[in-house]
Amino acid sequence: MTETTIVSGQHAHHDDHHGPAKGIARWLFTTNHKDIGTLYLFFSLIMLFVGGVMALLVRVELFEPGKVLMNPEYFNQMTTMHGLIMIFGVVMPALAGLANWMIPMMIGAADMALPRLNNWSFWLLPFAFTLLLSTLFMKGPAPDFGWTFYAPLSTTYGPASTDFFIFSIHMMGASSILAALNIVVTIFNMRAPGMTWMQLPVFVWGWLVTAFLLLAVMPVLAGCVTMMLMDRHFHTSFFNAAGGGDPILFQHIFWFFGHPEVYILILPGFGIISDIIPTFSRKPLFGYHFMVYATIVIAFLGYIVWMHHMFTTGAPLVAQLFFMYATMLIAVPTGIKVFNWVGTLFKGSITFETPMLFALGFLVMFTLGGFSGLMLALVPADYQYRDSYFVVAHFHYVLVSGSLFTILAGVYYWLPKWTGRMYNETIGQWHFWLSVIGMNVTFMPMHFLGLAGMPRRIPDYALQFTDFNQICTVGAFIFGIAQLFFLYNIIVCCFGKKPRGLPGRVWEGARGFEWTIPSPAPYHTFEVTPELTSAEARAKF
Amino acid sequence: MFNMPYGVSLLSHEIWRLHMAAFYVCCVIGLVVFSVLLYSLVRFRKSKGAEAVHFHEHLGIEILWTTIPFLILVALAVPATIVLMHIHDTEKSDLTIKITGYQWKWKYEYLDQGIHFFSNLSSTVEQINNQAPKSQWFLREVDNPVVVPVDTKVRLLVTADDVVHSWWVPELGVKQDAVPGYVNENWFYITKPGTYRGQCGELCGVNHGFMPIVVEAVSKPEFDQWVAAHQGGNVAALQAAQLAPETEDQLMTAGKAAYLKSCAMCHQATGEGLPPSFPPLKGSKVVTGPVQANDAFVLKGVPGTAMQAFGEQLDPATIAAIVTYIRHSWGNDALNHQHGNPVTVQPADVEKVNSAR
Amino acid sequence: MAGMSDRKLTLVLLAGVIFMFGFSYMLVPLYRLVCKQQGINGQSVRSAATVDPHMQVDRSRTIRVYFTTVLHNDIAFQFRSLQRSVEIHPGERKLIYFFAENQTGKDLTVQAIPSITPVDAARYLKKTECFCFTQQYFYQGERADMPVYFFVDPDIPKNIKEITLAYTLFDASGFEKKKERYHRKGRIDV
Repeated sequence: MTETTIVSGQHAHHDDHHGPAKGIARWLFTTNHKDIGTLYLFFSLIMLFVGGVMALLVRVELFEPGKVLMNPEYFNQMTTMHGLIMIFGVVMPALAGLANWMIPMMIGAADMALPRLNNWSFWLLPFAFTLLLSTLFMKGPAPDFGWTFYAPLSTTYGPASTDFFIFSIHMMGASSILAALNIVVTIFNMRAPGMTWMQLPVFVWGWLVTAFLLLAVMPVLAGCVTMMLMDRHFHTSFFNAAGGGDPILFQHIFWFFGHPEVYILILPGFGIISDIIPTFSRKPLFGYHFMVYATIVIAFLGYIVWMHHMFTTGAPLVAQLFFMYATMLIAVPTGIKVFNWVGTLFKGSITFETPMLFALGFLVMFTLGGFSGLMLALVPADYQYRDSYFVVAHFHYVLVSGSLFTILAGVYYWLPKWTGRMYNETIGQWHFWLSVIGMNVTFMPMHFLGLAGMPRRIPDYALQFTDFNQICTVGAFIFGIAQLFFLYNIIVCCFGKKPRGLPGRVWEGARGFEWTIPSPAPYHTFEVTPELTSAEARAKF
Repeated sequence: MFNMPYGVSLLSHEIWRLHMAAFYVCCVIGLVVFSVLLYSLVRFRKSKGAEAVHFHEHLGIEILWTTIPFLILVALAVPATIVLMHIHDTEKSDLTIKITGYQWKWKYEYLDQGIHFFSNLSSTVEQINNQAPKSQWFLREVDNPVVVPVDTKVRLLVTADDVVHSWWVPELGVKQDAVPGYVNENWFYITKPGTYRGQCGELCGVNHGFMPIVVEAVSKPEFDQWVAAHQGGNVAALQAAQLAPETEDQLMTAGKAAYLKSCAMCHQATGEGLPPSFPPLKGSKVVTGPVQANDAFVLKGVPGTAMQAFGEQLDPATIAAIVTYIRHSWGNDALNHQHGNPVTVQPADVEKVNSAR
Repeated sequence: MAGMSDRKLTLVLLAGVIFMFGFSYMLVPLYRLVCKQQGINGQSVRSAATVDPHMQVDRSRTIRVYFTTVLHNDIAFQFRSLQRSVEIHPGERKLIYFFAENQTGKDLTVQAIPSITPVDAARYLKKTECFCFTQQYFYQGERADMPVYFFVDPDIPKNIKEITLAYTLFDASGFEKKKERYHRKGRIDV
C-alpha cells in the first residue's frame, strides 16, 4: 500500500534497500507485516459484505410469516454460512490484520518474528473460504446445521458437503494457530529494550492473551471436527449412542473451544478501545494495571464456563451451579474494564472524531450485551432464553456493537497512519450514526422476540412475531447500507487522489512508538530498534 | 409480547421473578454507569474548554468497583440457586409423560395410562407457501395436543429418536433437550386450565421451525374422561377407519390430505422433493415399482435418514390412502400401468405387509 | 519463556498446540470418567458395580424405581420391562426382567443404552448384572427374558424417592463386536 522507500529511524540500515515488489507477486510472496496486515484487512472486508448479504437474505425471509424467498433448507444454509463467515472470515482475520500492522510498530520491532510463516498464515484463508463457499454450489445442501454443527445432525445426518466444511475448518484453524504463534514470539522476543511488560500497549496485551487462547483452543476445535470426520467415515462412534458414544460429548468438546473463542473475538478489541479512549480524552488510560489483570482473568475464567451453553442438556445440579457461578464471575473483570474506560473519560478533554465515536458506541452497546449475558448466566432464566432470539440479540450486541465496532474504530484510528490520508470525517460520522441506529433497530427487538417465545434458526414463525421481525429487517438494511459509507472512506484513503502525508502523530492525544514515525508508515520501520531506557525516550513515547 | 410470560406453572412463576430481578439489577447498574458516562461526555468536552487532568490510577476505587459488583452477583446467585434446586426436585409426581422428539414431530406416551400418539404440525403446506390464508395459530397448532390435568405434578421424560431436539413451552417454564439415546427429566405443575404453545428449541434439520408443541391443561375430571376415551393403544388407530375396503375416490381424497400433512414438507406438494436430501416421488422407482415394496418402504422408513417408519405413526388406512395417492399422481399412474403395477392400495393390504415383517 | 530464542519459543508453543490437540482426544475418556462418577448419561451403569459386602439394607424408607424402554428408529423389536416399577429399600438387591423379541425378519445385533433420571440420583443406582453390559445377538424371531440385577446405594440422599431407569434399544449393525455373538450371558430364552 505504501510506495515510499524512505527508511525511518536515525540512519539507513541497508544501503541496498529495496521497496515492495511490483504487481501480484508482491501480494503473493510478501513477508512484510504491513502488506500482510493489508491482505488480512481487505480479505475481511470482502467477507464482511459476503456474510452481510447472507444476513440480509435471512432477514428478507423473516420479513413475513410464510415462505418469502427460499425454502427452509436454503435458509439453514444461509444462517450457518453467515455465522461461519462472520466469525472465521471477518472478525478473526480483521483482528489478525490489525495485529500484523500494529504490533511490530507498537513494540518498536522491524517486523514479526516469523515473516514467512506470517505469509502462510494469511494465504491459508482464501483457500479455506473458497472451499467453504464452494459448498453452496455443490449438489446437495451446503452445511446447514448452524455454525455450532452439533452431532448427530452434522455427523449421521450431515450432507456430503460436511466433509468439505471440516477441511475448511482445519485450514482456518491452522491459519489462526500459526498467526498466534507468530504473535507470541514477536511480543516475547522483539520488544524494544526498556519496554517492560507493564509498559506494553494494551492492544499488545490484548493480543498476547488472545494468542495464548488461540494456541490452546483451536487445536481442540481441530480435534472435534476430526472426530466428526471419523464418525462419518471411519465407523467410530464418538457422538453416536448406538456405538457407545454420546452426542453431549460433542457439545462439551465444541464449547470447550467455543467459549474461549468468543473471548478471542473481543479481547484484542478491548485493547483497541483502551488505546482510542485515552487518545481522544487526552488523558492516560485509567487503571492500566487493573486493565491488564482483568484481561488475564477474563481469559482464565473463559476456560471454565463452557457448559453455560448446555444448561438444558440434563446436567446434574452441582455442575449447573458451578458453571453458573463461574459465568457470573466474568462480569467482575469485564465491569472493571468498563469502569476504567469511563474513568479515563472522566475529567479528560474529549473530542469526538469517528474512532472515538465507535469506541463510545462500543462502550454503551457492549455493556448492554453484557447485561443480557448476565441474565443468560442465571440457569433457571436461561431455560427460557436459550435457543431463542434473546440469545441472538445478546451475541449480536457483543459481536457487532462489540467486536465489529472495535475493528471499525481501529481502522478509522489507524487508516491515516497506514495511508497518509485522512478519511472523510463527515462520511465517517454518517457511517457511525447509521450503524448505531441500524444495529439497535435490528437487534433490540430481538430481545423481546426471544422473551415472547420465538426460537432461533427458524425460517418461518407464528403470526404474533411479525411486527417485531419486520422492524428487525428494516434495521438490518439500514445497517447494511451504512457499511457503504465505510467502503467509501476506505477507497478514499487507499486509492484516492489526495496527496499522502500527515504528521507522525496524527491524533494530538496519541502516544506510542507507532506515532513517532511518518504517516504513511514507511514500508520498513524500526529497522533500528528504538529504546525506552532513557527518560527522554520515555517522554517522547 | 414484550416480556417473558409469567406463565401458569409454579416453575414459570419462579423463573419470571428471577428474570425480572436480574433485569432490574441491570437497569440500575446501567443507569449509574451511563449517567457517569454521559456526564463525562458532556462536561469534559474539549470544545467547551475542558482541560485533561493526569490521574490515571486509584487502588481504592478499583477495589470498590470490584467488590460491589461481586456482592451484587452474590445477591443474584442466591435466588438463582434456590429456583434451580426447585427445578431439580422431580419427586412424587402424579403423571408421567414420555416425550420423544422426531424429525419433525413429537411422540407422547402416557406411561401409566397406556396412551401414545404422535403430534404433528397441523398448519398446511398451502398456508406456508402463501397459497391459503394463515390460521390464527399458524405454526403453533398440532393435530394431537398433549392433554394434562391442572393442579397435578406432571413428570416429563424427554428423549429423541434421531438428532438433538428440545421441548420448550414458555408458559410452563420448561425447556429440556431431547438427546437420542438418553432420557432427561423435567416437570411442570399447571395452575390454570388453558392451551399453552411452544416450539422445538434446538436446530434439528430442515423443519426445525415446523414441529410445535401444544399442551391443553384441563380439569381433573375432564382429564380422566380423555384418558378413558383414548386408552387401549394408539390414538391414531382409534381415530382411523376400519380396515374395510375403500373406493378409489375415498383413497385419493384422504390420500392427498394425508400426503400434504405428513409427506409434503420433504417431498413437496409437487412430488419433486428436494434432492438429494429428499428424493422426488415423481417417477420414483419405488413408487412406480411393486406395490408391496412401496408399502414396506413407507412402513419401515430408512433408518439413519429423515425417512421415518411411518408404520408407527399412521394407521393402515392412512398409509393405504397415501400410497394410492402417490402412485396415481404426477404421471406415476402412467408409469405404473406401463409396468403392470397396481395403483390402488387397500388398508387390508398394508396391514398384511405390516404384520409380515 | 523469557530469554528463549525465536526458534526455541516457537517449538515450545508448537509442542503446546500438539498437546492441546491430543487433549481434545483425552477429553473423550475424561468425559466418560466424569459421567461415570456423576451417573450422567448412563455411564455409571454400563458395567457391573462392586458390591460392598457390608452394605446395609435401609428398611426405614423405600424408593420406587420405574422402568421404561425406547425403540431407536422404531426398530422392529418388542422390548419392554415386565414390570412398570418396583419398590425397594436402599441397599436391597432386586432382580427384574425385560422382554425382547426380534421381529425384524433377520438376525441382528442390538445394544441397549441405559439412562437414569433424575440426573442427581443417577449415580446411586447400581447394577451387578445387566443385558446392557454387552451387545446382544438375536436370531431372527428369537425371544428372551433379559435380567437386570440392581440395587440403590444406601448413601442416596433421603429426599430422592423416585428413580426412572430407561433403556434405548439400538440396532448395532456396523458396530458389532464379534465375540458378543457367542456370549448369551444373562439371557433367558423364552
